[in-house]
Amino acid sequence: MTALQTKTPAIEIRALHKSFGPVEVLKGISLSAHEGEVISILGSSGSGKSTLLRCINMLEAPTAGEIAVNGETIRLKPGKAGLVPADRRQITRIRGKVAMVFQSFNLWSHMTILENLIEGPVHVHGRPRGECIAEAESLLERVGLADKRHAYPARLSGGQQQRAAIARALAMKPDVMLFDEPTSALDPELVGEVLKVMRALAEEGRTMLVVTHEMAFARDVSSRVVFVDRGQILEDGSPAEVFGNPKSKRFRAFISS
Amino acid sequence: MTASYFDLVGFGPEGWGPALATATFITLAVALAGFAGGAVLGGLLAWARIAGGAVIGGLAQAYSTVMRGIPDLLVIYLFYFGGSAVLGRLAALFGHAGFIGVPAFLTGALAIAVVSAAYQGEVFRGAHAAVARGEIEAAIAIGMSRPQILRRILVPLILRYALPGLGNTWQLVLKESALISVIGLVELLRQAQIAAGSTRRPFEFYLTAAALYLLISWVSTRGFALMERRSRRGVGIAI
Amino acid sequence: MIDLAFLRETFATLVSGVPLTLQLAALSSLLGAIFALLLVWAQVALPSTLGRVARFYIFAFRGTPLLVQLFLIYYGLSQFRPTLSALGLWGLLRDPYWCAVLALMFNTAAYCAEIFRGGLQAVPAGQVEAARAAGFSGFLLFRRIVFPIALRQALPGYGNELVLMVKATSLASTVTLMEITGLAAKAISQSYRAIEVFLVAGALYLVLNVVLVQALGLLERRLMRHLAR
Repeated sequence: MTALQTKTPAIEIRALHKSFGPVEVLKGISLSAHEGEVISILGSSGSGKSTLLRCINMLEAPTAGEIAVNGETIRLKPGKAGLVPADRRQITRIRGKVAMVFQSFNLWSHMTILENLIEGPVHVHGRPRGECIAEAESLLERVGLADKRHAYPARLSGGQQQRAAIARALAMKPDVMLFDEPTSALDPELVGEVLKVMRALAEEGRTMLVVTHEMAFARDVSSRVVFVDRGQILEDGSPAEVFGNPKSKRFRAFISS
Repeated sequence: MTASYFDLVGFGPEGWGPALATATFITLAVALAGFAGGAVLGGLLAWARIAGGAVIGGLAQAYSTVMRGIPDLLVIYLFYFGGSAVLGRLAALFGHAGFIGVPAFLTGALAIAVVSAAYQGEVFRGAHAAVARGEIEAAIAIGMSRPQILRRILVPLILRYALPGLGNTWQLVLKESALISVIGLVELLRQAQIAAGSTRRPFEFYLTAAALYLLISWVSTRGFALMERRSRRGVGIAI
Repeated sequence: MIDLAFLRETFATLVSGVPLTLQLAALSSLLGAIFALLLVWAQVALPSTLGRVARFYIFAFRGTPLLVQLFLIYYGLSQFRPTLSALGLWGLLRDPYWCAVLALMFNTAAYCAEIFRGGLQAVPAGQVEAARAAGFSGFLLFRRIVFPIALRQALPGYGNELVLMVKATSLASTVTLMEITGLAAKAISQSYRAIEVFLVAGALYLVLNVVLVQALGLLERRLMRHLAR
């Protein structure tokens, strides 16, 4: 064990189950992410990898299992679709630390890009507006969108919208960032600009969980690769181990397809 | 000798201008009051149908089916005569006998609200369905509370999508307000009727009333178009 | 609390107004549809001045209350009684029934014209081109290709308008006609039992409209067979 892994994991998933009606999508998944790790979660469509990610900040209600963020277990209670947060204050605080980037960007269409960035810091964290604007502007500078700060999302290309969405996630000063297929909705020529931003984030040591189909990103940028198949983890290791010496037939079939 | 049309509707000593201007104002006021009441009630109806479950949602749906299936005039009669019947019974308890009129403005605005709520409820429900689920998820993921999501994200988006439908409903409400003349509120049509009776020049007065309604309707069409253009900035380029 | 005898009595009274309500709705809808077709024709096929007149007509009738239109015809035109008598029209315009039919017809024509025009505009240009390529032209093209497609496009909107027309006939009660609403108003003023009378009258209108909507749904399904799986 390395020194890094003796610390409390940033995210710890314990025996997570999720069913949609009779269909069991996650069949007891356990996974820990430590500070500074960049984990690529691979899998074919329908494998449950997106559901796994969405359970981490309780966008999806798991059927059974536990999630802990920085050692703090999310308190759950039975709800309509599964286990739902029991403590509103706790989940709000935890969601403020775990930022999410969506496949379809999900920028708020009635707000300008700058307003999108300061919405969370001002209204969830309750921080002074002026301070948030200054930070948001420097974030937009970093993702190359400083000139678009007063534009509405509909005026931006997909790649620009996703970079803005990443900046919006960063504005929350998160401990962990979740990416749910961040490049899947983009035209091929726009994928590169988003991956470049994500690579820069990985290099500055951010903790990231990335559900993706980008093999090059998984191989070159991530520190760990997890392969999910039919609701179970079949591979988990460094990119060199997983790609160089896969244990499962299904992963071999997956990368050769 | 007969007075010229302009003396008739003008602001001179013989003119009906001031009365017509006041009546136009009353028309606008009763229509606005009814529209606003209808928006509140319509919002509740939409909420009942979206989140109310089978029973409450079914009741809300039945309400809007019924209200859209019966004549507005009938509803106005119900509120007017029904209201005075209830008041009359109350008054009888205190020893007062006879017919008690209910205030026409209030009755009219209430009737308009109750009818237009059925239409506005549908508009709000459609607008809610048009809001992208992802925008709400993004708000949940960022840690907003439910009241915050409602206030900061959902309501602004719903209002934007609802604007064209609300514009149509406003036009309906404006025209419906003329029906309140039957219960004696001196709005535009009733004032035209009074002037027509006293001058024996019904054609000119009804035509004037029609022109004033047309003017209000035209101005509000332009107003809504302007608001839509302003709000559309955010919600995609082509709608 | 519920006085069944009174409800039954009221029902018997109000039901006698149904024929007049239906007559007003049917006659004015039919005449209005014909007039609406003329308005559409004026806009798409006639010189632009006439098209503009049609557009203004539609704008004016859609922008003013039906009750104002009805009063303008019934009370307003009486101002020109000598002229109208000379023209032989006074007999018609003195009669509240015909005034109501005229007002309803002029009103619905404006709305129908917009619905029909929308239907025409929704006919895909490609299908018209295909018909032209196959040798269709003029009235044959319209009758066999354009009209059937436009009809299917316009039907839902037209159905809505028919329901609105059934409701709109209630305004005829303001010019003394004793259709359902007229009878209901009379019953209320005689009995002061607004709620019961309203329930019966409302139920009658609801039944009429539900039957109408069902019939239109049936027609729509028949016409939309080509989309069924």
